[in-house]
Amino acid sequence: MSAPLARPASEPSSTRTNAPPAKRVLRDVVPVAAAAAAFVLIWQLVVLVGSYPEFILPGPLVVAARFVSGWTEGVIGPHFLTTLSEVLLGLALGGVAGIVTGILLARSRLAARMLSPYIVAAQATPILALAPLIALWFGTGLASRMLICALICFFPIAVGTMVGIRSVDPRLVELGRSLRATRWQRLGRIEVPSALPQILGGLRIGVTLAVVGAIVAEWAGGDQGLGVLINLSRGSMFDIPLMFATLFTIALLGVALYLMVVAIERRLVRTRT
Amino acid sequence: MWLEVTPLDAIELRSVSRSFDINGARLVALDALDMRVAEREIVAIVGPNGCGKSTLLRVASGLLPPDRGTVLAYDSTVAGVDPRVGLVFQEPRLLPWRDVLANVAFPLELAGVPRAEREERAREVLALAGLDDFATAMPDQLSGGMAQRAALARALAPRPDVLLLDEPFSALDALTRERLDAELLALWSQTGTTIALVTHSISEAVFLSDRVLVMSQRPGHIVEEVPVEAARPRQMSGGDAATFSAAADRVRAILAQSDAGDDQEQAA
Repeated sequence: MSAPLARPASEPSSTRTNAPPAKRVLRDVVPVAAAAAAFVLIWQLVVLVGSYPEFILPGPLVVAARFVSGWTEGVIGPHFLTTLSEVLLGLALGGVAGIVTGILLARSRLAARMLSPYIVAAQATPILALAPLIALWFGTGLASRMLICALICFFPIAVGTMVGIRSVDPRLVELGRSLRATRWQRLGRIEVPSALPQILGGLRIGVTLAVVGAIVAEWAGGDQGLGVLINLSRGSMFDIPLMFATLFTIALLGVALYLMVVAIERRLVRTRT
Repeated sequence: MWLEVTPLDAIELRSVSRSFDINGARLVALDALDMRVAEREIVAIVGPNGCGKSTLLRVASGLLPPDRGTVLAYDSTVAGVDPRVGLVFQEPRLLPWRDVLANVAFPLELAGVPRAEREERAREVLALAGLDDFATAMPDQLSGGMAQRAALARALAPRPDVLLLDEPFSALDALTRERLDAELLALWSQTGTTIALVTHSISEAVFLSDRVLVMSQRPGHIVEEVPVEAARPRQMSGGDAATFSAAADRVRAILAQSDAGDDQEQAA
């Protein structure tokens, strides 16, 4: 008796996943592969036409070979792990601090007035300029690199959280009050879930920035990490294909982290309108 | 005489006043309002737009404290949101990231009921609301009528003694609305709650209620009550139709009168 009242779900995401696999490959995979192929082709063409020496612009095949050997010979691996741990620790620290600050900024006018100028000023100061100072204070070890990563991804996450919490539907908050939700229940079960799309939006920007932060931090000092490897391959090692392979590793790390956030987002925010 | 059993008032408002400050202007929503709803009774509150009907329900539920006066539920004072009272809003207000079952179980979750028990109880009320097949549906997959049914089920999940409904079906089309009115009566007979609802629809008010309370224009108080003497279970058409239309006419007359009184006051 109640069936006729139900409206069929017509969200675009459901049609997307319901499409036959062949069609999905055609729509989702082919454009990505085509763009990548075009990029490599143009790159090869530039190398051929300009006939650049390998220490200025190595061709894609040379770089690909060095990428593979760099990983199999264990040249890139240890540096990659160092950078990855800096990024993940920095993200965790900056993420937690950003979410807490964002909630505080959204909930307390006083906190917003007092903290905003400093948060914005800290964000406006280039991390490149702050990195040496942090290295001076905290050394060039993991702690200071993590801190730089945390600093750089803090801002978008804090702003995303603030915007998200501020735009929570007040009717849902009233519902919570009418169901006698405690302050923490209201925050954890109504406000934060409501704000999740914006928080994750901030996190999307934050993860890519965290990679930037790690590389910058490594440039400011230290003996391991992908940023250090770039310096080494350009300098003492003079292995430009390795430098390109490292650049690709950094880019891939950023893309992988970004896709991870997108995947989390798809899982958590799958059914919203 | 002292042996006589008087029916207990499920909700009683004693000379309740409430006003708001809106941009510096003082707006009196309720002015020394008295209201009693007996146990198991269904009372409808009608009145012109902005007469303070929604404020009345929010004060009765404990969501808004009154400026003056007292609110009682079963002879004990309501201070803060009362667990014996369930509130249904005009909109379903389902949490969009939870499925129907989790939405209905939400009040129990907040109250700390263990998962297995709260899901069992949520399934019970879902069955009552005719939503058995929609436990795993997400709110955005529901029609307006289904969503409001889910909201009703959510309010019933903690087994409140009193259900307060704030224009619960006003956003629905006429057909769905009539159907839900009938279902609300069926729910009432199965759960034994006391119901007070605010509505814009006079026909809905007379069909559902034992008494229709007519509110005046702001500052809101109850000008008159119209009993609807039709036996239950009720049918919208047939034998009860004459009773409903007589009561509805009476309500309309009172509303017209209080409007005219208002106009005179303004003219004077």
